[in-house]
Amino acid sequence: MEFHSPDSWREALEVKAAQPEAVAIFGGTDVMVDLNFDRERPGAVLDLTRVPELGEWGEGDGRLRVGAGVTYTRIISELGSELPGLAMASRTVGSPQIRNRGTVGGNLGTASPAGDALPPLYVSDAEVELASTNGTRRVPVVEFITGPKRNAMRPDELIAAFHIPRAEGPQQYAKIGTRNAMVIAVCAFGLALRPERKRVGACLGSAAPTPVRAREAEEFIESVLDWDSRGEIGDTELRRFGELVGEAASPISDVRGTAAYRTHAVGVLARRTLGWAWDEYRRGE
Amino acid sequence: MRLRLNINGETREADGVWEGESLLYVLRERLGFPGSKNACEQGECGSCSVYLDGVLVCSCLVLAGQAEGREVVTVEGIAEGEELHPVQRAFVEAGGVQCGFCTPGLIVATHDLLGRNPDPTDAEIREALAGNLCRCTGYEKILDAVRLAAERMS
Repeated sequence: MEFHSPDSWREALEVKAAQPEAVAIFGGTDVMVDLNFDRERPGAVLDLTRVPELGEWGEGDGRLRVGAGVTYTRIISELGSELPGLAMASRTVGSPQIRNRGTVGGNLGTASPAGDALPPLYVSDAEVELASTNGTRRVPVVEFITGPKRNAMRPDELIAAFHIPRAEGPQQYAKIGTRNAMVIAVCAFGLALRPERKRVGACLGSAAPTPVRAREAEEFIESVLDWDSRGEIGDTELRRFGELVGEAASPISDVRGTAAYRTHAVGVLARRTLGWAWDEYRRGE
Repeated sequence: MRLRLNINGETREADGVWEGESLLYVLRERLGFPGSKNACEQGECGSCSVYLDGVLVCSCLVLAGQAEGREVVTVEGIAEGEELHPVQRAFVEAGGVQCGFCTPGLIVATHDLLGRNPDPTDAEIREALAGNLCRCTGYEKILDAVRLAAERMS
């Protein structure tokens, strides 16, 4: 096995161009498990932890560009007010040890349907910045994730960053698991309110082959919310929202939960998170 | 490949390291630091917790080459000389130790917590130790140990 540990982005891209089969590693929370259990034996590994640019984030035109190597711990401590939904999701990832190493870039690379960072990216229409020696391109996250553990990266590309607008209103993330730490989501739900545009983003996690936006639920609730006078949401409307979110699910049954449970539970999460987010909006926070 | 890193303040070298092995394997099998335990090898149990450049990590999830030139502190480096560190003493006195397998990881994770937050609430202790599994104690005595250590260190 070859081991590459470039200390510049340019060099990292050159390694990937020369050896497209090289497996990129950052926090190792997915790649190392495969190596330790001998599930994967790549010919080459490309360590990206020494590339300084990957750990940087910045803001321009109301959008943030967050390097693929920014850890969950840093998203929580540095981006909690800009990206509250993503910070909430980050808090549910693993444990302190995992959050200290794991990155959103890794979550995108692995493209698990249960990736905790993904629903917050979907609801904010985030874009993934991919780079190769031939240049960079930006792909909407909804097009980037193409299937369970599959994404739209070309073999010579690396994930450079993601681009996401600063939160325009209350955001929420909720997750079902057997305990309050160290769990892969049974199902999860991300929500973003954009009051100025009167828009709602709703995305299911771990309830379909990829994260999935609940478009019908979004359109329904956008039309019934009383954005201007910030009135309460009726119980019937809340329940209908939950039902429509459940209808957007196409889950499997596996060791973590049955399809029926996931469909039910994700609807409950949708109803609750909408209630929390709307309460926050009503309080004018 | 050859690996050179700083462990508990001293430069150490290992030869013949396979590129796919973990920092945990290098520590235990090549450099004689068996304090970090090998249990799950997937970051679930926390028994291999160490500091990597001052950050608490599971050493089983660090690829050996990622630690090249870095500073690692293992449970062996927590005590000052022959004297147990207050965190270690508190675990012994509070009975936070039974079979002892999870203890090194819990010591390092507690050391990290109290370094950041000298007076944690119970919820903060539980959150900080959520990635460290103990199958013996039921955690109550571990929580007692952390509270005792916090009290003595403040």
